[in-house]
Amino acid sequence: MAENQTYYVPEQSKWPIVATVGLGVTLYGAAAIMVNGQQGESTTGSWVMFLIGSLIMAYMLFGWFGTVIKESRSGLYSPQMDRSFRWGMSWFIFSEVMFFAAFFGALFYTRVFAVPWLGGEGDRGSSNILWEGFQATWPLINNPDPDAYPAPEGIIGPWGLPLINTILLVTSSFTVTVAHHALKEDNRKKVKLWLGATIALALIFVCVQGYEYAHAYQDLNLTLQSGIYGSTFFMLTGFHGAHVILGTLMLTIMLIRIHKGHFTGDYHFGFEASAWYWHFVDVVWLGLFVFVYVL
Amino acid sequence: MRVHAKRAGVLLGGLMTPALSMADWTLNMSPGVTGTSNEIFSLHMTILWICVVIGIVVFGVMFWSIFAHRKSPGRKPANFHENTLVEILWTIIPLVILVVMAIPATATLVDMYDTTEADVDIKVTGYQWRWKYDYVDEEFGYFSNITTSDDEIYNRTEKTENYLLEVDNPMVVPVGAKIRLLVTANDVIHSWWVPAFGVKKDAIPGFVNETWTRVDEPGIYRGQCTELCGVKHGFMPVVVKAVPQDEYDAWVAEQKEAAQRERELTEKDWTLEELMARGEKAYASACAACHQADGSGAPPAFPALKGSKVATEDMQAHLDIVVNGVSGTAMQAFGGQLSEVDLAAVITYERNAWGNDTGEMVTPKEVFEYKNQE
Amino acid sequence: MSAVADTHAQDDHHHGPAKGFSRWLLTTNHKDIGTMYLIFSFTMFLLGGTMAMVIRAELFQPGLQIVEPEFFNQMTTMHGLIMVFGAVMPAFVGLANWMIPLMVGAPDMALPRMNNWSFWLLPCAFLILISTLFMQGGAPNFGWTFYAPLSTTYGPPSTTFFIFAIHIMGVSSIMGAINVIATILNMRAPGMTLMKMPLFVWTWLITAFLLIAVMPVLAGVVTMMLMDINFGTSFFDASGGGDPVLFQHVFWFFGHPEVYIMILPAFGAVSHIIPAFSRKPLFGYASMVYAVGAIALLSFVVWAHHMFTVGIPIAGQLFFMYATMLIAVPTGVKVFNWVATMFRGSLTFEAPMLFAVAFVILFTIGGFSGLMLAIAPADFQYHDTYFVVAHFHYVLVPGAIFGIFASAYFWLPKWTGHMYDETLGKTHFWLSFIGMNLAFFPMHFLGLAGMPRRIPDYALQFADFNMVSSIGAFLFGASQILFLVIVVKCVKGGEKASAQPWDGAEGLEWTVPSPAPYHTFATPPEVK
Repeated sequence: MAENQTYYVPEQSKWPIVATVGLGVTLYGAAAIMVNGQQGESTTGSWVMFLIGSLIMAYMLFGWFGTVIKESRSGLYSPQMDRSFRWGMSWFIFSEVMFFAAFFGALFYTRVFAVPWLGGEGDRGSSNILWEGFQATWPLINNPDPDAYPAPEGIIGPWGLPLINTILLVTSSFTVTVAHHALKEDNRKKVKLWLGATIALALIFVCVQGYEYAHAYQDLNLTLQSGIYGSTFFMLTGFHGAHVILGTLMLTIMLIRIHKGHFTGDYHFGFEASAWYWHFVDVVWLGLFVFVYVL
Repeated sequence: MRVHAKRAGVLLGGLMTPALSMADWTLNMSPGVTGTSNEIFSLHMTILWICVVIGIVVFGVMFWSIFAHRKSPGRKPANFHENTLVEILWTIIPLVILVVMAIPATATLVDMYDTTEADVDIKVTGYQWRWKYDYVDEEFGYFSNITTSDDEIYNRTEKTENYLLEVDNPMVVPVGAKIRLLVTANDVIHSWWVPAFGVKKDAIPGFVNETWTRVDEPGIYRGQCTELCGVKHGFMPVVVKAVPQDEYDAWVAEQKEAAQRERELTEKDWTLEELMARGEKAYASACAACHQADGSGAPPAFPALKGSKVATEDMQAHLDIVVNGVSGTAMQAFGGQLSEVDLAAVITYERNAWGNDTGEMVTPKEVFEYKNQE
Repeated sequence: MSAVADTHAQDDHHHGPAKGFSRWLLTTNHKDIGTMYLIFSFTMFLLGGTMAMVIRAELFQPGLQIVEPEFFNQMTTMHGLIMVFGAVMPAFVGLANWMIPLMVGAPDMALPRMNNWSFWLLPCAFLILISTLFMQGGAPNFGWTFYAPLSTTYGPPSTTFFIFAIHIMGVSSIMGAINVIATILNMRAPGMTLMKMPLFVWTWLITAFLLIAVMPVLAGVVTMMLMDINFGTSFFDASGGGDPVLFQHVFWFFGHPEVYIMILPAFGAVSHIIPAFSRKPLFGYASMVYAVGAIALLSFVVWAHHMFTVGIPIAGQLFFMYATMLIAVPTGVKVFNWVATMFRGSLTFEAPMLFAVAFVILFTIGGFSGLMLAIAPADFQYHDTYFVVAHFHYVLVPGAIFGIFASAYFWLPKWTGHMYDETLGKTHFWLSFIGMNLAFFPMHFLGLAGMPRRIPDYALQFADFNMVSSIGAFLFGASQILFLVIVVKCVKGGEKASAQPWDGAEGLEWTVPSPAPYHTFATPPEVK
C-alpha cells in the first residue's frame, strides 16, 4: 500500500483551526471554572464553555484522525511519510517523558533536600527554628504546619494493590507485544484476542487505582491537601492514571480499526504508535512504583 | 520637576558633568566596607579586566578585518576555512583563563559560606513590605519600615537625600564583630541586600538561609530588597547602622528595657481613646500598606475594612483573622508579629475608625488570653 | 494505486495559494505559515515594546509619575512574557518554517497540518494572556519568571488564565519543534548528509531538541502552580513540606535552555550571513556544529546560576559556577570562528551584514557580562540588579533580535522577490544600534551602583543614567516603525531580486527563483 514515492503535502485543512478554537475554549472554560469557583461566583457559564470546547475537541480528534486514516488507506503516504510519523511520535513521547521528569524531579528535591532541611538537617537545617517540633520523615506523616495541612493518617504500602497494579501493567506490556507480533503475521484473530486482553488489563488497572484513591481519601486522609507527600503522590499517580486512560483509548481505537480490517502485516504505524505509547506508560509506572511506593 | 528639567537640559547640551551634588554618574561597583565586599570587588575587577583584554584582542582583529579587508579597494577574498592548530589553541587558552578565574572565586565563596563562630545572631525576616530584625540572643526585635513620604514619592514635595533608602528603625550592629544573619520571610520571597557589605541573601518563607558579615567602619549603610515581592517591592529599604561595641551594648540594654516595658503594658487597663491613639499608629505601620490608611483596601487581594462585616460584626472572628491570618490569602497571621497591646489597639481601631463606630474595644489582656487558650 | 496517487500529488504541487482569508486560516503551506509566524512575532514585538516604553517612561525620572506600581509590575511581567514567547520564539519558528524546507530541499514541513495548528495556537494563547490585563485584579504581576509563592498564594485571580495560556504556548512550541526535527531528520534532499547541512538547519535541529526537552518541564511547573492555587497542594509551601525554591529549580531547568532556544537559531543565521558578505566560506564549520552541541548540552546543567542567592549548599554552588564558566569555551569558539571568517575576506556592509557584525560584537559584550555573572561570589552583588537586566538585554536585543533583523534583510529578497531599500535598511540599523546601546549600556552602571531590577521608582543617585537609558529606549522603540515601513515597501515593490541576490551566499534556497514559488522542491534536488 505504501509505495508512493512523492511526499504527500495535504491540501488546505480546517482541522488545525477547529483544534485551536476547541483547545482555547476548553481551557478558557476550565480556567473560568476555577477562578469563578474560588471567588464564590456562579460557574455554570464556565462549565458550558468547557463542555462546548470539549465537544469541539472530540469532533476535531475524530475528524482529523479520520482524515489521516482515510488518506493513509487510499495510499497517499510514502515510506518517507511513515518515517515522519515515526519521528513525530518518538519525539512526542520524549516530551511526555520530560513532563513526568518535572514531577519526579519535584519528588526527589523534596525528599532529598527540602524535607530534611525543614527537619533541621543539612545546609539549611536552621530552617527548623521556624517549625518547632517538626521532624523530617518520609513518608511525611506530620507536616511542618499541621493546621494548614493536616497530615495523612497513613499511606498506601507498596506490596498490596500497587504490586498487583505493577503486575497488571507489566503483563499488559507483554500482551500488547504479542498482539503486535500477531499483527505482523497478519493473524487477525490472535491480534483481537491479545489486544483485547491488554485493554482488559488496563481497565482493571484503572479500577484498582480508583479504589486505591477512594481508600486514601476516605480512610487515610491522604489527599491532595495533606502536604507534600499527598501532593507528589497524587500528581505522579494521577497524571500517570490519565495517561493510562489515554493509552487505553488509543488501544481501543486500534481494536476497532482491526475489526474494521485496517492495517496490513507490514504497514500499521497507528498500531505501533499506540503500542509505543503503552510501553511508555508502563515504564513510567515502574518508576512510580519504585520511587513513590517502595522507597 | 524643575530640577530634572534642568538636568535634562544639561544632558542634552552634552555636558557630561553632574548637575547636582545628588546626581551621580557612578560607573563601577564600590569596594564596600567588609572583607567579603572587598574580595568581591577585586574579583569583579579581575574578571572585568580579563574581559576587556579579550575584547580588545578579538574586536581588534575584527575591526582590522572590517577596515583592511573590505571589498571597495577591489580585494579578492582568501579561501581558507579551517586550521586545526588555531582552533585547538582558542579552545585551550580560554579554558586556562577560566581555571585561573575559578581559583580565587572558589576561595571567596568558601569564605562567604563560613557562618561559624559568630558574635551576634540576628534573624532577618522579610514581610510585605518591611523588614523585621530579631536579636536572637537578646530576646528583642522590631520592624523596620520605610519613612519616605507619599508626598515625596508622588512628587508633591522635594525629594530628600536618602529618598526611598530611609527607615524608622535601622538594624544596629557592632563594628568588628562577626554577625550571623538568619534570613527568612513571612509571606513571599524577599532578598536582603547591603551592597557595601557584599551580602545578599534571599529570604525564603519557611526556610532559613544563613549568611554573615563583619563591618570594618562605623557608618550608615543602605540597600534594598532585591527580589520582586509584590506591589511595594521598590519601597522596602534595608538600612544598617554600624556603631562601636560600647555604643552597641548601650543600645542593646535600652532595647531590652523597652521590650520589658512593652510587655508590662499588657497588664495595664486601657481606655478606648488610648487604644484608638495607639491603634492608629500600629495600623499605619502594619496594615495600611495593604488595607490603605482610609481602610478602603485594594480589592480583590486586599479587601476594604471600612464598613466590612469583619470589622463591624463578630469580634471573635475579627480577632481570629488578625491573630491567625487567613490561609491561602495575602492576609498574614499577625499574632507573632505584633505585641498584645498593638493587636488590641489595631482591632479596636479598625472597629471604630472610618465610620465603623461599633464602640467596641478589646483589651490587651483579652488578646493575651485568646492567644494562649489555643 | 500508486499511479492514481501520484497524479493527485502532482496536482497539489501545481496550484498556487487559495484566495482570501481562508488561505491563511486553512493553509498547510510552510511559506504561508512562516509568514504568519513572522507577522505575529512582529505584532507582539510592537506590543511588548509598547510595554517597555511604559516602563521606561515611568523610570525616566525618580518618583511615580505615569503608572502605579501595581500596573508597572504587570507591565514588566507582560513585557517579558510577550517578548520571550510572543516575539523572539515565534520569529525563529517563522524563519525555520520559511527556510528549513528550502535549505534541505524538502517540498514542505514534514507534518504540514500540524504546522498550521502550531501557529494558530499562538494567537489563541496570547489572546488569553492579554485578556488578563482586563480582568479583575489585573494581569500577572509577578515578573516573567513568576516565582512562587508570589505567583501562587499571592497571585491575582488571572494567574489561572495565565497558566493555561502558557500550556497552550507549550503545546504550540512542542509541536513546532517536533515538526522541525522530523523535517530535518527525514526530509533532507538525497546527498545532504548531516555534516553538509546548512548551519541554520543545524542550530534549529538542536534548538528543537531543547524545546522538546524543556517546554514539558515548563508545563509541569505551571501545572504544580495550578494545583497549589486551585487544589490545595503544597509544592511551593513550606508549611506543607514543600519549598518555594523548588519552583525556581524546575523553572530554571526550563529557563536556561530556553535562553539558548532564543539565541541558537540566530547563531545559525549569522553563520550564513557573515560568510555571504565576506565572500569567503565559514571558518570552522565542524567546530561550529560541535560548539552548538556543547552549548546545548551544558545548558541542562547550569540552571542554578540563576539562583546563586537562594541558599544553595556550597557544593552545588561550586558545581553550577564551574559548569556555567565552561559555556564560555564553545561560545568563544563561535565568536572566534566568525571573526576568522571575516579575516582576509572581501567585505561589504549591507543591512544584513551590519546587523550580523553588530550581533557578534554586542552579543560578545553580553557574553562577557554573562561570564562575570557566572562567578558566584561576584553574582551576590550583581544578582537581581540592573546589571542582570543589562546582561540579558545585551544577549537578547542585539543577540536574538538583531539576528532576526539580519535574517529578515538577508532573506527578504527571497521571500518577496524585491530588494528592500538599502538606505532605509542602513538607517534602521544605525538608529537601532545607537538606541539600543544608549538604552542598555548605562544599565550596567546602574546595576553596579546598586539599583535593583523590577522597581518602579528609584533612589536619586540612579536618576541620570535612567534618563539616558529611557531616551535610548524611546529611540530604539521608535526606529522599529521604520522596519515595518521597509518591509511593507519591499513587499509592494522595489528593484527585482535575482534568484541569488547576494554575491557570496550559498545553499539550496538560492537555487529557487525569487520570490520563491508557492511550492518548491516537489522533486528533491540532488546534493553533491
